[in-house]
Amino acid sequence: MSTIAFRRRSRSDHDWPGHRLTVRDPLRLDCGIDFGPFTIAYQTYGRLNADRSNAILICHALTGDQYAADPHPITGKPGWWETLVGAGGVLDTERYFLICANVLGGCMGTTGPQDIDPATSEPWALSFPVITVHDMVRAQKRLVEHLGIDSLFCVIGGSMGGMQVLQWAASYPESVFSAVPIATAARHSAQNIAFHEVGRQAIMADPDWCGGRYLSLGRKPSRGLAVARMTAHVTYLSEAALHRKFGRNLQDRHAVTYGFDADFQVESYLRHQGSTFVDRFDANSYLYITRAMDYFDLAAEHDGSLRQAFAGTRSRFCVISFTSDWLFPTSESRQLVRALNAVAANVSFVEIATENGHDAFLLHEPELFETLRGFLTGCAEHRGLTR
Amino acid sequence: MTAALPLDRVEVRAAVADGDELRHDLRLIAEMVEPGARVLDIGCGDGALLAYLTRRKGVDGRGIELSQSGVNACVGHGLSVIQGDADRDLDAYPAGAFDIVVLSQTLQATREPRRVMEALVRIGRRAIVSFPNFGFWRTRLGLLLRGRMPMSELLPHPWYETPNIHLCTIHDFVALCDEIGVAVERSVALDRQGRPYALDPRGGLANLLAEQGIFVLRGQSAGEMSRSAPAAGRPKLPPQG
Repeated sequence: MSTIAFRRRSRSDHDWPGHRLTVRDPLRLDCGIDFGPFTIAYQTYGRLNADRSNAILICHALTGDQYAADPHPITGKPGWWETLVGAGGVLDTERYFLICANVLGGCMGTTGPQDIDPATSEPWALSFPVITVHDMVRAQKRLVEHLGIDSLFCVIGGSMGGMQVLQWAASYPESVFSAVPIATAARHSAQNIAFHEVGRQAIMADPDWCGGRYLSLGRKPSRGLAVARMTAHVTYLSEAALHRKFGRNLQDRHAVTYGFDADFQVESYLRHQGSTFVDRFDANSYLYITRAMDYFDLAAEHDGSLRQAFAGTRSRFCVISFTSDWLFPTSESRQLVRALNAVAANVSFVEIATENGHDAFLLHEPELFETLRGFLTGCAEHRGLTR
Repeated sequence: MTAALPLDRVEVRAAVADGDELRHDLRLIAEMVEPGARVLDIGCGDGALLAYLTRRKGVDGRGIELSQSGVNACVGHGLSVIQGDADRDLDAYPAGAFDIVVLSQTLQATREPRRVMEALVRIGRRAIVSFPNFGFWRTRLGLLLRGRMPMSELLPHPWYETPNIHLCTIHDFVALCDEIGVAVERSVALDRQGRPYALDPRGGLANLLAEQGIFVLRGQSAGEMSRSAPAAGRPKLPPQG
């Protein structure tokens, strides 16, 4: 009664819609392994122009995927950035060519720990190499090169997507005309690592996790993954939003039950978030991707100097944060802006007032849309992009 | 350093981008900016000056603005602006990052005007500073006759809610420039109608007749740095019209 009910659902990932690129030339990962061949699953929207100058790379967050503007093949829900992407939208498909790829280590078609290790013919599980945000970006670079694009008009993303944006700007500055890191940071904070560790421990404590070998054994650590999601989900919201949405309201009852049912609406909501998440996400992927975020520290790659990461950059930056985001607070963005200013980079910085917490970048935030539209239009004019 | 981007094709859609609609002091400041310059406008408000400079003079413009609504409006109009303030955010910029740093009608609202002034001439080859002159005769007379804190179009707030916490006269300003070794390259006195006059800022007339002053300043470059440079030894300012 007090636990979460799960639907049984088998994953058959190879008939999901979208493009696949097989990268044959191995990728040298940060951990020292040459990884490959591997697959990148990606979606595109709009058309690449003759100059190949109108491409925007959309980077997804921890539990996002390449279906930025398509119905999700498992849940059927609209794409996670459908509010932004479309003809005449902020990410205007009439004007730009949009690319969104599932990250390395993901579970929606790009090679990850749930795929088969050719050496053993078993799922990789924990023998999958530990990947980093830089590795994800290296893989994306291969995709962008495959598409014949030397210079991206823009790299944009929120949260872990924003980390990828920063990595792109630091690693391939000549390929990034403009960069929009949203609700993100140049390094993962101790508090954020702590929350990720809670999530990972929840997964590992699930008896069905089986040391990561659950797929080979026909099991699924749904409870652990759901708890990880529930914890994380709280960090994506704000106290004010939780209060406004739920307060202390009771769920389908008039009085508390003196038990451990989901008496409160907020409990019911979180349980729902947890149980639906496990339908679409792989537990080991969750371990690997959270780890990649934990390891992210852009300054560390540059002798501890964040400004050094951006030295000489000609990219145009638009840094965006949200007032109620306590996971990636404005102070993180401000630090980034100061580093960019220190190298006299072209940077805009907007903090958007909202109660929606970290998740604001996924929601209908008119001021966010207006900022993005203005910034991108300005950049498009500098780039000479016509409609 | 960021190289200048090709800006000739740029069309900035700002709320105010036409010279005729620019505030008097901003129009004069705009005239002082050479085409194609790298410009930082501190306290850029709704971006009127930046938009004008970008469109008309092809500058590589950046802005800093305290109010979030101002920043969002600027960025929404394609200008490169960050939320920040003069007291806190100038230290991050490298020396000589800009050809011109503009601080219009903002100095008097900073917490540490002296530090801000030093930062201006450090990060800009030149700084253009405009501020309301508290020595203006109407201000003096108002205080003398009415015995109340002066209020005017330039100083519209009552004393208890004014952001202008460090008001000064033109003489005060010049004295500070001398003290911190900042050279005044040019100065313009504006009367109530915004008409410019070339008055010696060290003379009594400018301090009495100007409702606001606009100053073009230059710091000492590392080569000619000499802490003890006597202010009195500076050349007299050429009058400007």
